[in-house]
Amino acid sequence: MGQEKAITEKQYFTPFNVIAGIIILVGLIISILRFTKGIGAVTNLDNNNPWGLWIGFDLLCGVSLAAGGYMTSSACYIFGLKKYHSAVRPAILTAFIGYALVVFALNYDVGRPWKLPYPIFYSQGTSSLLFEVGLCVFLYLTVLFVETTPAAFEWLGFKKIRNWVVRLTLVLTIFGVVLSTLHQSSLGALFLIAPSKLHPLWYSGYLHVYFFISSMFAGLSMVIFEGTLAHKWLHDKMDETHLAESRGVVLGFGKAASFIMMGYVGIKVIGLAVDNNWHYITTGWGLWYLLELIGFVLFPAILYSVGSREKNTKLIRIAAVWTVLGIVLNRLNVSLIAFNWHLPSAERYFPSFMEFFITLFIITIGVVVYRFAVTKMPILYEHPEYKEDH
Amino acid sequence: MEFFTLHDFMTYSKGITYLVMGAILVFMPLYWLYLTDRDD
Repeated sequence: MGQEKAITEKQYFTPFNVIAGIIILVGLIISILRFTKGIGAVTNLDNNNPWGLWIGFDLLCGVSLAAGGYMTSSACYIFGLKKYHSAVRPAILTAFIGYALVVFALNYDVGRPWKLPYPIFYSQGTSSLLFEVGLCVFLYLTVLFVETTPAAFEWLGFKKIRNWVVRLTLVLTIFGVVLSTLHQSSLGALFLIAPSKLHPLWYSGYLHVYFFISSMFAGLSMVIFEGTLAHKWLHDKMDETHLAESRGVVLGFGKAASFIMMGYVGIKVIGLAVDNNWHYITTGWGLWYLLELIGFVLFPAILYSVGSREKNTKLIRIAAVWTVLGIVLNRLNVSLIAFNWHLPSAERYFPSFMEFFITLFIITIGVVVYRFAVTKMPILYEHPEYKEDH
Repeated sequence: MEFFTLHDFMTYSKGITYLVMGAILVFMPLYWLYLTDRDD
């Protein structure tokens, strides 16, 4: 009896569970503060800086890093690269959790969660980019939910409905790519309204193109990064097919990311040339810009290229982490760091401790949900009853 | 570089842009060959 209790306690009180539990508990307390005392009680936001960390990181980084879903499913189902099939389910699941948490985090920023469906069903602002982003995220979250259900149905044993949903795969993939193209770019286009606030090195008439193109390699890098973590911590959940295909996924995605990143560097240079912004390069902001473009785009692109030529998956995995950090830096530069750059430092925004903690709280929820899903559902392995389907 | 008219500015910036675009058009296929030349 005593031994059984000790084993159960050991299973529940793992370091991961304890740390996640504490973060979620503190996060819930701050959430109560946010929704009872108002946004001013927990954030450093003001009229100059109405968008802070929750938009810059939780939303902008969350959406771009969730792009692995449309990249992987389009590679597999539209371009017919079936060798990447084992990467589709983890990527779709990550995308679904990512987008769900983006919507969840948005509630902290806008408040009054019961009014979230209003822009879609009650009062459509059809001339607003925010409306387009909202509509696309709403539709794409629905698409991702439907795309995730076959794994859940296989787990629950709902064979008939699972087979019916699987028939929709191609249509859902096409719909997902269209919606992603729209809202990934529109998130960048949101900042086109503020040419006087965003530093000229980051502001460009091509901002929407930059956001869309960078989401492609962000998604590919995130799939590699997430696969690395899964291999380390969830190795026992993977079947032979998944393990055998993972090397090909890393090499193929690394190569694709490298090519897209080089193209991205190219269009960033075109942006500099079109607006004739060369003279800013020699300023302090220019050095920061070069650190982002050379240090976190060009350098990992070269790492990817060397890794894919040498078949060095370790190098590609390092490049993936580097690229993910680069995407975070880019989105924070556009939304926070280079935004309101002309303001005196006393009026600049820096997130409060509680803003950081809510972000950590949301990431932790994502990790816990992902861990639960891959433990219960056939995400990293094929369900024995459906092997012939793939 | 000093500009006196919008035309001056456009001529200069577009000229540089076309040169950059030309360089990219040459570079990208070569980069693709570099990436793929060891493929099976």
